[in-house]
Amino acid sequence: MRSDVMNPDAPRADQGHYVAPLGETPLQEVDSVDPNATPRSLWGEAMHTLLRNPVFVVSTLLILFVLFVAAFPGVFTKVDPTYGVISDSNLAPGEGGHVLGTSRQGYDIWARTVHGARISVLVGFFTMLLSTLIGGTLGAIAGYVGGWLDEVLSRINDIFFAIPLVLGAIVFANRFPNGMNLWTVSLVLSIFGWTSIARIMRGSVISVKNQDFVMASTALGASKTKILLRHVIPNAIAPVIVTATVNLGVFIVAEATLSFLGVGITNAVSWGADLSSAKDSMRTLENNPWVLFAPSIALALTVLSFIMMGDAVRDALDPKARKR
Amino acid sequence: MTATADMTGSHAAGQGGDTERPLLEIRDLDITFTTSTGHVNAVRGANLSVYPGQTVAIVGESGSGKSTTAMSIARLLPRNGKVTGGTIRFGGKDITDVPNREILALRGSEIGLVPQDPMSNLNPLWKVGTQIDEALAANGVAKGGAARKRTIELLEEAGLPDAERRAGQYPHEFSGGMRQRALIAMGLAARPRLLIADEPTSALDVTVQQQILDHLDSLTSELGTTVLLITHDLGLAAERAQHLVVMYKGQVVESGPALELLQKPQHPYTKRLIAAAPSLSSRRLVSAKEREEVLEQAQHAASSLEPTTLTGSMRQVDGPDVVVKVENLTKVFPIRGKVPWKSTPFTAVDDVSFELERGTTTAIVGESGSGKSTVAQMVLKLLQPTSGRVLFEGRDITEITGRDLMALRRRVQPIFQNPYGTLDPTFSIYRTIEEPLRLHSIGNQRSREAKVRDLLDKVSLPASMLQRYPNELSGGQRQRIAIARALALDPEVVVCDEAVSALDVLVQAQVLQLLNDLQAELGLSYIFITHDLAVVRQIADRTLVMEKGRVVEQGTTEEVFHSPQQDYTKRLLAAIPGGSIPLAGSETIEVDIDPEEAAEAAAAAEAEVEGPSSPLGGEPTDPFTAAGRA
Repeated sequence: MRSDVMNPDAPRADQGHYVAPLGETPLQEVDSVDPNATPRSLWGEAMHTLLRNPVFVVSTLLILFVLFVAAFPGVFTKVDPTYGVISDSNLAPGEGGHVLGTSRQGYDIWARTVHGARISVLVGFFTMLLSTLIGGTLGAIAGYVGGWLDEVLSRINDIFFAIPLVLGAIVFANRFPNGMNLWTVSLVLSIFGWTSIARIMRGSVISVKNQDFVMASTALGASKTKILLRHVIPNAIAPVIVTATVNLGVFIVAEATLSFLGVGITNAVSWGADLSSAKDSMRTLENNPWVLFAPSIALALTVLSFIMMGDAVRDALDPKARKR
Repeated sequence: MTATADMTGSHAAGQGGDTERPLLEIRDLDITFTTSTGHVNAVRGANLSVYPGQTVAIVGESGSGKSTTAMSIARLLPRNGKVTGGTIRFGGKDITDVPNREILALRGSEIGLVPQDPMSNLNPLWKVGTQIDEALAANGVAKGGAARKRTIELLEEAGLPDAERRAGQYPHEFSGGMRQRALIAMGLAARPRLLIADEPTSALDVTVQQQILDHLDSLTSELGTTVLLITHDLGLAAERAQHLVVMYKGQVVESGPALELLQKPQHPYTKRLIAAAPSLSSRRLVSAKEREEVLEQAQHAASSLEPTTLTGSMRQVDGPDVVVKVENLTKVFPIRGKVPWKSTPFTAVDDVSFELERGTTTAIVGESGSGKSTVAQMVLKLLQPTSGRVLFEGRDITEITGRDLMALRRRVQPIFQNPYGTLDPTFSIYRTIEEPLRLHSIGNQRSREAKVRDLLDKVSLPASMLQRYPNELSGGQRQRIAIARALALDPEVVVCDEAVSALDVLVQAQVLQLLNDLQAELGLSYIFITHDLAVVRQIADRTLVMEKGRVVEQGTTEEVFHSPQQDYTKRLLAAIPGGSIPLAGSETIEVDIDPEEAAEAAAAAEAEVEGPSSPLGGEPTDPFTAAGRA
C-alpha cells in the first residue's frame, strides 16, 4: 500500500450517513404510465421527423413540382414541342417568342424541356415499382427461406448485378427492332435494376426474422407465410423504401442515358434525346447554351430531389444512421 | 504538467495524516442534456467525495444519472450534455472549467476508466496488445519495445494467463471475461490514482463477475488505486465498496457507509431498492407458507379448468400431476468447419430430463452457453430435438404437426428475454395482444376486444395503452404486454426465457410479483429459465442447474440452496453478489465452499439474530410485499 493511503474504512467527516429530504426527492411509482400521451406509431413518428426536416420539405416540393409539370405541361407552355420550323432554328432566347430560344431543328427549347418531364418521371416510376416488386419479392424469399434457395437466388442476383444497367439495357434494346416504348424501356431497366433492392431486402429480412417477436408469433401458432407478410416484411421494408427512392433518380438518369445513346423511347420528347442532339450542334451551343442547359438542369434537379428525399427518409426511419 | 505538480501536493497532504483531503470531491453538480424536446436535468445537485484508497460505489437504476455523474469527471459526456452547475475537484484542484487539454492530460494517467461493455470497447481490428501499447504511449509511460514489455506485465497483472501470446491476439479470440480483464489492464496502464469502473461486470456470468471483481479488488488495494464503481446492483456495491451513494432520477437520495446504509436505510427509495434486490433478499418471493397457498390455489385453479386436453392424451390420475415431462432430451448442432461440407457436432443439450408439476415453477439455471435456452425452445417446439422426448400431459410433442401442433401452441406459451425485441414495433398494443386470438379464430371482433382489455387489466396496465406502440413503452411495460399476449390463449404452461433479466431491479420485482399472482390466479405452470440464482430463489419450487448442456444438479429449490451437492452449484451460489451480507429480514446464503467463508457467513447469520431490527419495521418482512407497499 502506498504511504499516502489511509485505511479506506476509516470514517470521514463528509462521508456520514446522508439522507436527502423527501420533499426534494419525491418517490414516483415504479414503471408508471402516462395515460395522456398521444399514441405514435413507428411510421407516424417517422412522418413527424420528416415534416420537420428542411431537406425533405424542399425535395418534396421539388418533386411535386416536377410531377405537376409532367402531368400538365400545357400550363407552362402552349407551344408544341414536336413542331419544328427549320427557318426558326438556332434562335437566341427571347427571339420570336421562344423563351429559351430554339434548337437546330427549330424546336422550342422551353417546350421541349417542359414536355420532357413526363417521359422521365413515368419511366422512373414504372421502373422503380417493377424493380422493387421483383427485387423485393426475390430478396424476401431468399432471406426468409434461406438454405439452397437463398444460394440460387443470390447467385442469379450476382449475375445480373455484374451487368451494368445501361449496357444490359442497350443489349436488350436490340431485341426491339421497331424501337422501344414506355413499357419496354421500364421492363428492360427493371430486369437489370432489381438487384440492389433484392440484396437490401434479403439482408433486412434476415435481421428481422431472428428477432424475438417472430419467434413469439411462431409459438402463437402463426404460419410461416403469415409471419413473413405480417411481421417480417413490414419491419424490413424501411431500407427498401429508401433505396427505391434513390433508385428512382438512378432510373431517370438511365432512361436519359438510353435516349442520349439513341436507344430509348422512339420519337419521344425526352431530356436525354435533347442532350444528345445538343452535343451534335456545336454552333447552336455557342449562340444559345440553353439548348444544353435546360434539359441538363431539369434532369439534375429531378434526380437530386429524389436522392435528397431518399436521404431524408433514411434519417427518419433509422435515426442511428443520422450524421452527427 | 499541472496535474503532476498537484499530485505531489496531495501526497504531502496525505502523509500529513489528519489533514487528509478527498481525492475526488463533487459538490452540487448539475448536468443538463439538450435534446430535441428541450432540456433534461440529468443530474441535480449531486454531492460525493472519494478519499484516496477507498472504493465508493454509485448505485441506481438505468436513467438515475449514475453514469452521467461518473463520466462528467473525465469530461466524457455526450456532446449534448453539459455541466451547468457545481464543482468537480480532483486532487484538490477544481477541474470543472479547466481547458480541455488539462482534462486530456488527466485521462488515463490520473483518471482511468473501465467501460461497461467488453464486447464493443475493444477495437476488433487491432490486436489487444497493440491497443494497450497505444494507451501506454498516449500517456507517455513507455514506447516501442518497452511498451510491449509493460503491456505483457499489465495483462499478467490483470489475471490473464499466457499473457505474451494473448497480447498478440485479436479481441474476437477473447471471451467476455478476458476482454474485461484486458480493459482493466488498459484502465490501470498508466497507474491512475482514480479508476472509474462503469458497470464493469454487468455483461458477464456471475462466476466470472466474481473472479474479476475479486481480482480488481486485490489489484487496486495493492496499487492504492481509488475506485469509483458504478453499478445497478446494490448487493454487489455493498460487497465491494466502503461508501455507497444511491442515486434516483438525477439526485443523490442517500449516501453513507455501505453496511449502515443497507441495514438502516432511511430514504424510502433506498428501502424500496433493498427490498427488491433479489441478490440481497435472497429468500423466497413469498414465505414458504404463502408459497404453499399459491401452489394450492394454482392446483385448484388448474383442476377447475375445462379439460381441453390434446386428443389422445392421458391425464395421470394418481401421483403428482405432471404437465410437462422431459426425457433424455439431447440437441446436437452442426458447427460449420473451415470447409462448408465438413462440420463438427456440438452438443448443446446433453441428456436432460426433468418434470414440471402442474401449478408449480421449475427453474433452469445456468451460465451463458449452458444450453438452458435450447431446452426451452425444444419444450416450446420451436426446435426439434436430436433425441429424447418432451411429453405434454403424457403425449410426445416432438413429432406432432398440423392441428395437434396448433392445439399445443394454445397451451404452451413463451415469454422472452429482450423486452425490446419481443414485440413487433409496427403493431399497436391492441393488435399485439389480439394476434393470438385472431390466429386461432377465437371469438368475434367484440369479444376479442373485451378479452384484450381484460388481459391488459390482468397485467395492471391501463386501457389507454391499447392504441400505443411498443416504442413508447418502458422495458417493464413491454414485458407486461408480452405476458398479456402469452396469456391470451389461456395456456397451461408458460416458458419464461430470462423474462426479467433485462429489467431494473424494482421493475423486475414488480414483474416477478405479477407472474406469481397470475400463477395463483390461473393455475399456470412455469418453466423459468435464468442465469440469476437469486431470482430462482424467489419464484421456483424446483431447480435444475445446468452446465455445458448437462444437468449437474436438480431438486427442490430449498435443497439446492441449502445443501448444494455439486461444486458447480456451490460456486454459483457463492458468486451471488451480496449474498453474504447480513441484512435484517433476510437469510444469508451459506455455502460451504470455503471454510473461512462459511465461518464468516455463519458469524454473519449470528450477528443477524441480534442485529438491528428490520428496516421495514417489525418482524422480518417479505421483501416482495414490502416492495409492493412502498
